Amino acid sequence: MPILPHPGMAIDGFCLGEKLHEGAFATIWEVTHPDHPTPMVMKVPIIMDGYDGPTIVGFEVEQMIMPRLSGPHVPRVMGVGDFSVMPYIVTEKIEGGSLLSVFMRAPLPLSDLIEIAAQMVHAVAELHCQRVIHLDLKPENLMRRPVCQELGGETVLIDFGLSRHDQLPDLLAEEFSIPMGTFPYIAPEQYLRCRDDLRSDLFALGAMIYELATGKLPFGMPEKLKGVRKRLWRDPVPPRAMRPEVPEWLQEIILRALEVDPKHRYQTAAQMAFDLAHPLQVKLTPRAMKTRQDSLLTVLHRWRVVRKIRRFAAPDSVAAQLASVPIICVAVDLSPEGEPLAVILCGSVQQMLITQPDARIACVNVLKTARIGIDRATDEAGNNLHVVRLVALRAWAVGIDLPEDRLTFAVLEGPDPAPVIIAYATANHVSHIVLGARGHSTARRYLGSVSAQVVAEAHCSVTVIRVPEWREGVAKA
Amino acid sequence: MRIAVLTDIHANREAFEAVLADAAVRGLDRIVLLGDVVGYGPDPEWCVDKVAGLVAAGAVCIQGNHDSAATGGAESLSANAKRAMVWTKARLTDAHLAFLAGLPLTVTVGDVLFVHASANDPGAWIYVTSDSMARGSFRSCEARIILCGHVHVPLLASSDVGGVVRVQAFHMATPVPLIRSRRWLAVVGSVGQPRDGIAQAGYALLDTGTNELTFRRVRYDTAKTVQKMRVAGLPEDLARRLIQGK
Repeated sequence: MPILPHPGMAIDGFCLGEKLHEGAFATIWEVTHPDHPTPMVMKVPIIMDGYDGPTIVGFEVEQMIMPRLSGPHVPRVMGVGDFSVMPYIVTEKIEGGSLLSVFMRAPLPLSDLIEIAAQMVHAVAELHCQRVIHLDLKPENLMRRPVCQELGGETVLIDFGLSRHDQLPDLLAEEFSIPMGTFPYIAPEQYLRCRDDLRSDLFALGAMIYELATGKLPFGMPEKLKGVRKRLWRDPVPPRAMRPEVPEWLQEIILRALEVDPKHRYQTAAQMAFDLAHPLQVKLTPRAMKTRQDSLLTVLHRWRVVRKIRRFAAPDSVAAQLASVPIICVAVDLSPEGEPLAVILCGSVQQMLITQPDARIACVNVLKTARIGIDRATDEAGNNLHVVRLVALRAWAVGIDLPEDRLTFAVLEGPDPAPVIIAYATANHVSHIVLGARGHSTARRYLGSVSAQVVAEAHCSVTVIRVPEWREGVAKA
Repeated sequence: MRIAVLTDIHANREAFEAVLADAAVRGLDRIVLLGDVVGYGPDPEWCVDKVAGLVAAGAVCIQGNHDSAATGGAESLSANAKRAMVWTKARLTDAHLAFLAGLPLTVTVGDVLFVHASANDPGAWIYVTSDSMARGSFRSCEARIILCGHVHVPLLASSDVGGVVRVQAFHMATPVPLIRSRRWLAVVGSVGQPRDGIAQAGYALLDTGTNELTFRRVRYDTAKTVQKMRVAGLPEDLARRLIQGK
């Protein structure tokens, strides 16, 4: 029988302080350790008398997955203990507390809502990059790491008890016959017992952003499983019906994330984050304009089709899903001397789309600004420089045959193009940067080129395109 | 401590050398061989000499059913295995046979039990191919980790706090954390005659420090081994098996 935690208890060098929280499945304690100066918390599962399968396995899943995660969006693990003495997991303490208090205040002002939504989606995108699907996203499981009081913070995901790492044994797979998750946020395919689709997390994100926007849960608070099933055919009330100032683009993002069939949702959190960051370029569909729930006849028709469904097609793995729908950032030089290169660059992008037909292309151009002094926003003729560039960028992309929602344009500004391109790529979860390299002049060799710096410093793959040169040696040979 | 676990070498020198080289670059402190050094393959003398050398240098080697058959009765073997065993016996010296005869059936190092086939009745050469076949091993010993071979198809199973045994999925070359709240059994893939459809030599790395097990596959010169088998006149089915990996 495991011993129970109590203040002053010492285990593996950790000393328990006060109890911070008591939930249904675990207690949280403040702990200290002579080797770790950072504030830490210990989570101890509450094991019922006898065999308490779900709690035990959930705890084991956390023990397996959490030590493998890294980065600012997950808590750092300092120690784990097994059932021989007392099961526990010690992590750094996230000082900001959970987002539950923020959700209590919903509906939020739009600017706050968009910022929090972007942070949540970004954290989930980072988690998916580590091949882990959370599967229990809800306000209580999102914490806020204060970076600086003025600047807000970062979202940290906690509680990985239902999570799935696509390369580790799934201890929960055959363990329980009932769907697991939190009823208001659980995706339809999770109700159908699917545990390997990262798009389930996007559904939960959609439900949470819906809640932040309207103050209501899209599918209410079902208490029984039967109530969860209803979301397979019944669509939520559109946010704009409750709060008309919600922009159409935001309703589009929310309702797309809440699509019943995962193939109609965003395909990755990175894609969803991209739309949140580029609101004016979100492709609006009838979803954006909806002002009321679907008619009963439509719902009845949907029920007839959906009630027989046993499962939706899931991707092979998290990594495969991320790789099949990449975001490719193309940095275009629009200067007259860069024209031959720009033409070849456009051809290269078209070639890439043959092998990666589901890619999203983000075209960017950098408007150089002066290091010191004030820049002029208009040219001699009084045209807005930003707009001029945007028009030119769109003209460049005429040959790229993609639907509007997968082709976006951005004019970035900065004194130095390379860091601007890298920062854009990092912020938008870009998986591949494509850009041209201009000639081989001596000055460029010594001063450094944009492409060389991007290759050296970017966090993703980079492809450099060149204009084929007339080489004398080759011609003579 | 990093332990390289090799099993079912089956006199395949090329595969054996490839695995030892791969394990060496990953840094290891100990080698454990789970038996079946001989049988099927064309290089029994070289493989027994190599294993004896490793054992002299601190490695552990367990006896497998083919090692046992080389020194005693071969009744339990299949027709092709019997033919190969007749050929093998003729090649081995008394010293080789004495080495194989002297191997133990199980060895325990810390909380890890090493056995050729199955921890319940090691001399009965039981094939652990499912959760129900793994259950006996968990019931018959106290070890937290049981590592075995014999099947030539890798498998991972766990026994949870309630004693429920389940086969668990794993990925090649991805470390599996053997969390301490459970007991674990792994059937390590064969070095010299893989049968899971991947014609590469299999082995596993157990890191007792990080408490992780990694199943690995290594390419080897299959054509060379097959050529040797044909020259030696060993059954063609056994040679084809190496090419197909099943």
